[in-house]
Amino acid sequence: MTGDSPDIDTPKTDAAAAPAGPVSPVDVAVDMPLLRIEGVSKKFGTFRAVDRLSLDIGAGEFFALLGPSGCGKTTLLRMLAGFETPDEGRILLGGRDIAPVLPHERPVNMMFQNYALFPHLSVRDNIAFGLKRAGMPRATIDSRVAEMIALVKLGGMEKRKPDQLSGGQKQRVALARSLARRPKVLLLDEPLAALDKKLRESTQLELMELQRRLGMTFIIVTHDQEEAMTVANRIGVMDAGRLEQVATPRDLYEAPATRWVAEFVGDVNLFDGEVTSHEHHRLTVATRDGGAIVVAEPRQPVTKTVVTVAIRPEKVKLSRRGPASDAANSQAINRLEGVVTDVGYLGGSTVYKVKLDSGAVVRSSMANTARMDRDAYSAGQRVVAWFTPDDCVVLER
Amino acid sequence: MSTRRIFAQPARYAAIAPYVWMVLFFLVPFGFVLKISLSQTAIAQPPYVPVFDFTEGWAAIKAAFAELSLDNFRLLVSDNLYISSYLRSLVVAVTSTLILLLIGYPIAYGMARLPQRWQAIAMMLVIVPFWTSFLIRIYAWINILQHDGLLNKILLALHLVSTPVVWLSTDTAMYIGIVYSYLPFMILPLYATLAKMDPSLLEAASDLGASPGRAFWLVTFPLSLPGVGAGALLCFIPIVGEFVIPDLLAGSGSMMIGQTLWLEFFTNKDWPVAAAAAVALLVLLVPPLLLYDRLQRRQLGGAN
Repeated sequence: MTGDSPDIDTPKTDAAAAPAGPVSPVDVAVDMPLLRIEGVSKKFGTFRAVDRLSLDIGAGEFFALLGPSGCGKTTLLRMLAGFETPDEGRILLGGRDIAPVLPHERPVNMMFQNYALFPHLSVRDNIAFGLKRAGMPRATIDSRVAEMIALVKLGGMEKRKPDQLSGGQKQRVALARSLARRPKVLLLDEPLAALDKKLRESTQLELMELQRRLGMTFIIVTHDQEEAMTVANRIGVMDAGRLEQVATPRDLYEAPATRWVAEFVGDVNLFDGEVTSHEHHRLTVATRDGGAIVVAEPRQPVTKTVVTVAIRPEKVKLSRRGPASDAANSQAINRLEGVVTDVGYLGGSTVYKVKLDSGAVVRSSMANTARMDRDAYSAGQRVVAWFTPDDCVVLER
Repeated sequence: MSTRRIFAQPARYAAIAPYVWMVLFFLVPFGFVLKISLSQTAIAQPPYVPVFDFTEGWAAIKAAFAELSLDNFRLLVSDNLYISSYLRSLVVAVTSTLILLLIGYPIAYGMARLPQRWQAIAMMLVIVPFWTSFLIRIYAWINILQHDGLLNKILLALHLVSTPVVWLSTDTAMYIGIVYSYLPFMILPLYATLAKMDPSLLEAASDLGASPGRAFWLVTFPLSLPGVGAGALLCFIPIVGEFVIPDLLAGSGSMMIGQTLWLEFFTNKDWPVAAAAAVALLVLLVPPLLLYDRLQRRQLGGAN
């Protein structure tokens, strides 16, 4: 996707000129985020799908709600769209409580997981549906539809019915339809779940481009952490109706707030233990499985002594005798000795499972940087798994 | 391989079964009716001439063929009785189908929106009248609608009328009977299309700014049209030929084609004219069937 073609640049200028689209603009208070969710709960029977959840999302953000199925992320999205009503709490859009605003009057649009395209309408009429409801003049509708069709590259498909489109094309029509009204917030419910891997990856990049160019606020719901990390500039990880952590993709991965987040996002080695000493910005944690592990002091001071040390597999290196360059940096290096039990070759990297002498298993992921890797380890080989204190994350329990 | 052979042969026969059925029980009898419709009435056994006698040889059959004529069809178009019967049948069928649609659609719509377990119960309630004989149910309506029947008693008790209303032997009674009898045939296909509709389509319509009313007319109704077509045909076609309900509930002033046919056949013993009326009725019903078929094809094929 190049940003220079004129048909794609049009929406940007238009969006800047008329940011609110068909719905009257809401004055955004200076210190108020575009969207504020305040202590919102939703119960289905006795089950709390969303549990006193609070969250601010700023204008122009690409925000991802990430969580396992049943965590409440879709319920939260549906409350934003107005299909569900919160039992408690408030949702403020541009400082205005949208509880009394019916779904068809909200300045938000949703892209549905199954696309929900109208099967009896053509591509053109699907995209024009929302514009007609807004009472736009026919000429405006025609030009807006043409613009949307160019935006999602569906030229020539205008007269087709949804069942004559491929999965990827349907996805584009659904996207164009939800963008046509220029909503203040676009809600995307697992928008790429039905696409195959390659198409999903290219569409993720296109979504990011589109969001940047249109300057709209996108909120995406997904259970796919790679997707969330790729597209979003901020991710809220949800579990059991609550937000476990809200952070940038990097912070989420490198500085998970809880053990649950560390395990849910990416792969991780965990060592439970107790803090035994604390000096020179270094903590020493006595772990059952890995002996004494030295870790860097986190930004937030550790208050408890019962902690878990988390280390990502790609930060665990293997060698036959331990790091050679030990002396070069003055850091203390954690070394764990064991035997390789399992070698998983993934192409770009290889995952080794090392059974420590304590019986615990440590995973190490090593990038295959050379085509003929002479340093590859084989099962049964005795190795040293080592990692630096800076690469460890201390999680309180 | 062996299991495959066991199933392959009967499966092939099963495919031709509908055609055999059609030939044996529709085309052959229809051929008889068509032949009788081209014959002349006679005081004989059977009551028409010519009769094909295959034992008399080729010349006799040829002579019999020469006697066939379209006279009965000419009578149908020239005599007011038949034309007015056909017209009345069409008017009654169209009116009844419209009333059925107006009553059946909301019921089917309501059923489709019930919680899942209630839908099965509602479905049972729609079907349950079939457990009683159709004739008994129509006689029950005679009871309800007669001079001192249930309906008049209720109306008098509620002081809505001061003297009993004449219901029986009126068109109103006939329409009540037809709508009552055919309602399940309207509801079931409508319910089937409405129940399988994806609820997220309505959410999408709402999300795109359509009020619930607009969403119904722009999404639900157009998508339910196949059900509307199926229900309308399922009711319209048998109502055109309906005989029992108008005979028992309507007045004797004007007749539907089914009644005229019965009259010709049993009272006048004019088999050829009755047969001609039956053939004409069938021809009358072909256009709506073709129309429905085309609509359905378009629905399925899209713009292909």
